[in-house]
Amino acid sequence: MEYEEAKEKIITELTKKLKSKSKFYFNDLSKILDMKPREAKKIVNKLVQESVLEYWSSGSTSMYGLPGTGKQAGAEHED
Amino acid sequence: MKHATPLIDQLETGPWPSFVSDMKHQAEKRAKNEENIEFQIPQDVVEDLLGILELSFNDGTTHWKHGGIVGVFGYGGGVIGRYCDQPGNFPGVAHFHTMRVAQPGGKFYTSKYLKEICDLWDLRGSGITNMHGSTGDIIFLGTTTPQLEEIFFELTHNMNQDLGGSGSNLRTPADCIGQARCEYACYDTQALCYDLTQEYQDELHRPAFPYKFKFKFDGCPNGCVASIARADMSFIGTWKDDIKVDQEAVAAYVGGEFAPNAGAHSGRDWGAFDIQKEVVALCPSECIKYEDGKLAINNRECVRCMHCINVMPRALRIGDERGLSILAGAKAPILDGAQMGSLVVPFVKAEEPYDEIKEIVEGIWDWWMEEGKNRERLGELMKRQGLQKLLEVLNIKPDARHVQEPRSNPYIFWKEDEVEGGWERDIDEYRKHHQR
Ligand code: SF4
Ligand code: SF4
Repeated sequence: MEYEEAKEKIITELTKKLKSKSKFYFNDLSKILDMKPREAKKIVNKLVQESVLEYWSSGSTSMYGLPGTGKQAGAEHED
Repeated sequence: MKHATPLIDQLETGPWPSFVSDMKHQAEKRAKNEENIEFQIPQDVVEDLLGILELSFNDGTTHWKHGGIVGVFGYGGGVIGRYCDQPGNFPGVAHFHTMRVAQPGGKFYTSKYLKEICDLWDLRGSGITNMHGSTGDIIFLGTTTPQLEEIFFELTHNMNQDLGGSGSNLRTPADCIGQARCEYACYDTQALCYDLTQEYQDELHRPAFPYKFKFKFDGCPNGCVASIARADMSFIGTWKDDIKVDQEAVAAYVGGEFAPNAGAHSGRDWGAFDIQKEVVALCPSECIKYEDGKLAINNRECVRCMHCINVMPRALRIGDERGLSILAGAKAPILDGAQMGSLVVPFVKAEEPYDEIKEIVEGIWDWWMEEGKNRERLGELMKRQGLQKLLEVLNIKPDARHVQEPRSNPYIFWKEDEVEGGWERDIDEYRKHHQR
């Protein structure tokens, strides 16, 4: 899959799910991309570099989301 | 002090040193500021920290929000974002982020380096550190968002230092002092730890694992970094050939010339050294004999527990054919209780460029990244799918050393193609000897 296509796919899928979820595990992303984790990682790294995605972490677990969506409120189950 | 703290003051009344006293000391130091530091975060950060802790003791709940920003640009770990939910009353800790700084191999420091990191942290953070966190990192406790990039720049550009791992990353690898100072080291722990840290920078800084993953390196089975209990992958030094015995030195221990255990248990008079009781009888595999003034070890039965060597280090030495064993799956409680590592690779040479070791590491990651559920540690996946599955993925032939307890959990099963003749039997042949 080309990078641009992958990016479209991630944005569309995450936006669709925004109502119920704003943070995603890496596994969720590789499933959306339908790729092996190692392959998906290259794309996800690039998406973060370009600020299409951003990291969120509890300290022990890391998650990904679209920038500025559901930030703290999400972590406290208010959205 | 800015806030009255009657409850946490009680923590100072016990017999042990108290972190509350340390924090008060630091709060006073910042208030006086005799060194004229141009503090880049609130001067009263430590007082507000004490205040919010007192509030939590009062109402029995935390006032830290859960999670948040994670790092500096391009890093998905190394910073743990902490925000308080009472910024009005405690503005000094409105942001109170933790930074993890990778510890040097074997935790060897120069005092110049320690002074530099403390100066940096006094200027741009609370000045409170935790030496060390359980992963081994130097922990900087409490700074504000705008300081993160500044601190990162200083560390990387002027101090040749990197952030450590946090979140679903490879965590900062940790090692024992190894060959730098220890004659028991069966491989160069610092060289391997450093090499893998460099090789897996992407895994350390950009999270894509199901959960955390830890490497720890012990130079010998004494396990000074306790890798067997604390690391998803532990690398424990061992040897294949015989323990080297110097009979003259054995005689010197028996004769009382050398202190056993290098004099470590000399606080009380335990009486004369008794080699039978203190060495021979304590060998877990009962493979030592001491007869007619000669010590003999049946090395085939020795399990490399280190006991005899620890007691008589001048007489007994590790063998010459050295390498390491790789164990996998240790973890602390949370799910399923604590687990120790299981032996995966009994022996591998630890020689640069460590290709054989890296092949194992990457094989384990491929499996775990594909099969692991979110927040499932390697040890939990091993339990769910079985050690046999892991051995299969790594192309390792199971042998007796992979069986933890024969009979109660012989978790190595034969497959049909591994058995001569397969599962089909000749029923006529069978009926000759067995009636219906
Ligand atoms: S683990 Fe073994 S080699 Fe490493 S410091 Fe401890 S005793 Fe020495
Ligand atoms: S290392 Fe342990 S098992 Fe081996 S001979 Fe010494 S005491 Fe026995």
